[in-house]
Amino acid sequence: MSVPILKQGDYLIASIQSALSDSEVLELRDDLAERVGQFRARGIVVDVTALDVIDSFAARALRTIGSTAKLRGAETVLVGIQPDVAMAMVQFELDLQPLHTALDLEEGLAVLRRTARGGDDDGP
Amino acid sequence: MNGQKPSLPTPPLETHEIDAELLPKLVAYLRQMSVELREKWVSRISEAQLLGVMSPEEIFSEVKAVYDNYVDALETGSVESLQAYARDLSERIIHRGVETHEVLGIVLLLRDVLARSLFLRYQDDPELLDRILDSYEPAANRIAVTVGVSFVEERERVIREQQAAIRELSTPVLQVRDRLVILPIIGAIDSQRARQLTEQLLNAIQANRAKVVVIDITGVASIDMTVANHLVQTVNAARLMGASAIITGLSSGIAQTLVDLRVDLSTMNTVGDLQGGLEEAERLLGYKVLHSDPAPPDRLA
Amino acid sequence: MDHETCVEIESDADMVAARAAGRALAERLGFSRTDGTLIATAISEVARNILVHAGCGEILLHDVHERDRHGIVVVARDCGPGIQSVELALQDGWGSSGGLGLGLPGARRLMDEFTIESVPGDGTTVTMKKWRARDPLERLRREREQREQVWA
Ligand SMILES: Nc1ncnc2c1ncn2[C@@H]1O[C@H](COP(=O)(O)OP(=O)(O)OP(=O)(O)O)[C@@H](O)[C@H]1O
Ligand SMILES: [Mg+2]
Repeated sequence: MSVPILKQGDYLIASIQSALSDSEVLELRDDLAERVGQFRARGIVVDVTALDVIDSFAARALRTIGSTAKLRGAETVLVGIQPDVAMAMVQFELDLQPLHTALDLEEGLAVLRRTARGGDDDGP
Repeated sequence: MNGQKPSLPTPPLETHEIDAELLPKLVAYLRQMSVELREKWVSRISEAQLLGVMSPEEIFSEVKAVYDNYVDALETGSVESLQAYARDLSERIIHRGVETHEVLGIVLLLRDVLARSLFLRYQDDPELLDRILDSYEPAANRIAVTVGVSFVEERERVIREQQAAIRELSTPVLQVRDRLVILPIIGAIDSQRARQLTEQLLNAIQANRAKVVVIDITGVASIDMTVANHLVQTVNAARLMGASAIITGLSSGIAQTLVDLRVDLSTMNTVGDLQGGLEEAERLLGYKVLHSDPAPPDRLA
Repeated sequence: MDHETCVEIESDADMVAARAAGRALAERLGFSRTDGTLIATAISEVARNILVHAGCGEILLHDVHERDRHGIVVVARDCGPGIQSVELALQDGWGSSGGLGLGLPGARRLMDEFTIESVPGDGTTVTMKKWRARDPLERLRREREQREQVWA
């Protein structure tokens, strides 16, 4: 099942609907890389609310999304990391550079607007 | 008894009340009859439907120990070892739901079983019987009180422990204002409790859509490596969820411990006291000016 | 041992199934949601290693009981090429064949016990455990329930 990608203004919103296999994760990564160029998007929100596991592979793919987008001048925000998933990522010691994180879609878009204005990071 | 209050630790039985020459007789008789009297006692216990949560084998072995202790107490006039045994027994059976009335019930049954057997043994000599019962009754009552009080005290101790455990398990996460929650941690934290607190906090971030969390550890006396690391992890996990954490109430002792443990505080926002922490939180929240709801996004092909 | 599940790992869909099976067993054993996620994440790593480094294998899940604790055991085994140096494989950032070498050390941090047996040329078995301490209240309640069942 592929992940729907929506366009809103200058932003792309990918909302993951269910647990993903590795190949689906890669598909999402490649889709987003393509669309960022195609739509000259200024930001990406990836909604991971439905991901019940973020392991080293998923984290790496998400970071790649972030760094590819950055090369094209777009910032990427992960939103909806669940409490238990956040705890697992921290204990795993996964790194999410250069991604931003926010609570939900609304906050994610706020982060993108702020970074566009030159605010530095995802701090409130 | 001479009207003394039955306070603990229990004073020795008033042995002078037990006729010096009668005592060995009485004790020897009860020892000699031990098997028979114990059986009678057990059957009275099951007739009265006491100790339903214990198996017949368990009851039998406890009964033997209690009986022997009981007779020893009569003989030596000291209830100390009986008391120790009663506490130990109580500790074992309270957890299984044995009730106070059952414990009192079985001790009073033993008193009665023994009294009856003394009666049968000495009924032909009413005067001797009188003297024997005069000695026996106060001692027996004293033993009953000792066992009963031990049980109740032990039970209170267990209840206190359970209450403390429940209190510690239920540290609340408070929403102070929109987008701001505070977690006041009070009391000892071990790694299990630290885990629970983390889960509560992260869930509260989600439920309250919190952007800032203040973790106040004013009420925490000491911290070890595991708990310190957990604190750091909690702060990082909160950040992954999009919330900033502020730690307040770090005592100089704990701060020193953290430095000694080489816990990396550089990524943590620490503020002296809770008041200062709340002000810092407001400042962070004040940053947030834009609050427009996004228009429904249009779908890409 | 009351529960046992085995998931064959041959495709990346099987990895998703193995994660779900781990989470389900963890939940049945009374682990918290967070622990379930830690376990599922660790399973994900060892399952992927089977797929990437060995081709195929299986994930075995079962419970384990001791006096004061119980837990979950995850065994990942394959008949692949084995690991040349288990010690190296457990170091952050060491990996052959283009991997980043984060999987095994990360999985180890998520679990309580972690052992690798590997014979080069003969396959790899990774065994991971997570324990669940019973809190005192739960222990009392359980002991009482058990007794009531036995002597009812
Ligand atoms: N089942 C296995 N069979 C053979 N070799 C293995 C197996 N599992 C791990 N290894 C070896 O151990 C190394 C380290 O594994 P680890 O999972 O830590 O990293 P990785 O798989 O290389 O990269 P990553 O997991 O970060 O994508 C691997 O590169 C591989 O050489
Ligand atoms: Mg790997």
